[in-house]
Amino acid sequence: MLVVVEQSLNGLQFGLLLFLLAAGLTLVFGIMDFVNLAHGSLYMMGAYFAATFVAWTGNFILGAVMALGATLLLGILLEFVALRHLYGRDHLDHVLATFGLILFFNDAVRLIWGPAGLALPLPAWLTVPVQLLPGVYYPAYRLSIIAVALLVAALLYVVVMRTRIGMLIRAGASNREMIGALGINIKLLFTLVFGLGAALAGLAGLMQAPILTVQIGMGENILILAFVIIVIGGIGSIRGAFMAAIFVGMIDTLGRAFLPDLLRKVLSSTAASTAAPALSSMLIYLLMAIVLVVRPEGLFPAAKR
Amino acid sequence: MKSALNLRNVVVVLVIAGLVLLPVYSALTGKVFILTMFTRIIILALAAASLNLIMGYGGMMSFGHAAYLGIGGYAVGILAFEGTGSGFIQWPVALLASALFALVIGALSLRTRGVYFIMITLAFAQMAYYIASSLSRYGADDGLTIYKRSNFGGVVDLSNRTQFYYVCLACLLGGTYLIWRIVNSRFGLVVQGVRSNEQRMQAIGFNANRYRLVCFVISGTICGLAGALLANNTDFVSPAVMYWTRSGDLMVMVILGGMGTLFGPVIGAIVFLLLEELLSQVTEYWAMIMGPLLLLIVLFARGGIMGLLGRFSRG
Repeated sequence: MLVVVEQSLNGLQFGLLLFLLAAGLTLVFGIMDFVNLAHGSLYMMGAYFAATFVAWTGNFILGAVMALGATLLLGILLEFVALRHLYGRDHLDHVLATFGLILFFNDAVRLIWGPAGLALPLPAWLTVPVQLLPGVYYPAYRLSIIAVALLVAALLYVVVMRTRIGMLIRAGASNREMIGALGINIKLLFTLVFGLGAALAGLAGLMQAPILTVQIGMGENILILAFVIIVIGGIGSIRGAFMAAIFVGMIDTLGRAFLPDLLRKVLSSTAASTAAPALSSMLIYLLMAIVLVVRPEGLFPAAKR
Repeated sequence: MKSALNLRNVVVVLVIAGLVLLPVYSALTGKVFILTMFTRIIILALAAASLNLIMGYGGMMSFGHAAYLGIGGYAVGILAFEGTGSGFIQWPVALLASALFALVIGALSLRTRGVYFIMITLAFAQMAYYIASSLSRYGADDGLTIYKRSNFGGVVDLSNRTQFYYVCLACLLGGTYLIWRIVNSRFGLVVQGVRSNEQRMQAIGFNANRYRLVCFVISGTICGLAGALLANNTDFVSPAVMYWTRSGDLMVMVILGGMGTLFGPVIGAIVFLLLEELLSQVTEYWAMIMGPLLLLIVLFARGGIMGLLGRFSRG
């Protein structure tokens, strides 16, 4: 029972983290119609910036905020220098250009920080376990990830649905040319949205950094999960990304935790121990395949253009 | 009818002649390295050519093509490991396994279009990667060493460097010929028609998705052959063969050479891999140059090398 609660919380935490990544990706796609493979690189840069700034300032929160700002600036710079020339091009061009950026970022990181991974140590006050229920403890840091991610999700909802800039973003998603014609500075809006997406990716990266090591290519596997989430949730839909992210986070975490034991009840223990790792890593993709068969446009598609 | 003697065709003929004569050069100068390097280039050119069939002619942007390299490779590796050394069994199994995988993946992925298709093929290839990484009997992450290359009785000896080179070259030229025949057949014309206007093809009575799927399976099968060759070339197969960056590399080769041209992928593969080799000799951080170079190619040189050559010959 205890393990179930703990693993469910782990799943929720992983899902929320995936949401931060997927939200930026789906926002950029929904509004600029731009496919950004380098989103995972921004995630990685967020983690590297955090590790550097935290070591430099000696303060975890200050370092994290500085890393967030740095990722935001990096995103804006990237958009300004290279990516804005690609809007309106074929999606294949986006994929190739951003694939090139991934190569660049991976080697740039290797050049600057070296091939070995970095560690981002947590301050003492975040390492204590918190008692949730009598006898149920959970690491404070993972709880704070859940809190921060929920807060950001709520903030994102308010910004997109309740403010003027959010109105422009939604208008841009449904008809780019029209809001340009209405005198909105669409270039600036796009740059801002890209920066926002970059900051969300950076936030996900820096929050994940203390749990895993900060290393080259850390953004790539999680980027593919973010793709799966977007496909399941429906491209361009933040609500869909949220639901799908929680779903995928839960299934992945619970599958890895409990599938081996479940299989052992049905199969012989040797067969189970060979099949379980393969099956649990396939689980999400199976889910995606099922969603595609039933609803090819995703579970919560964005409103039709 | 365009004149046959234009810059493009001259370059293609020169490249093919160069590839055919390469072992002679290697034997005369004693540079063995160049032969092994070009064997790899030719194998990956075959994979790129197969990707071009669906990407260039079919309009299906698959970002998971490296999966077939892995499946073809693992078919050879696993059979060799389990004691079946005959190439007459290994290679057909490799082709069949790739075709089956392409059939399943294609049937699911082709329910979607555009970016979804890119992401989904990527995700399925990544799934294949994770499955291979969890095959503990066959080396898991560390990969599987192949102690004996595919045995073709007395027909050819794959352990002989020159013979293996010519087998690979024959596969590349044969594959390209096959693709040429497909593209110019009624089937190929329908596939290209579906790429330009799916609705119209549907309206005149073609089942667009069925044509697409068959094309997807053919492409995957050809790439599976490249996988079997690659495994024989390296005497080794590991999940890294199907890592998604390899799929990206294949895509880059196709675009660099010229998507939708018959020999574009071959030229793209040669240029890409030679560039990689050269840059990695100059600096350890070659990808820092290669990445922005890709960006520039996308921004300024659409149509790839074949497109550029075509532009020059028009004057």
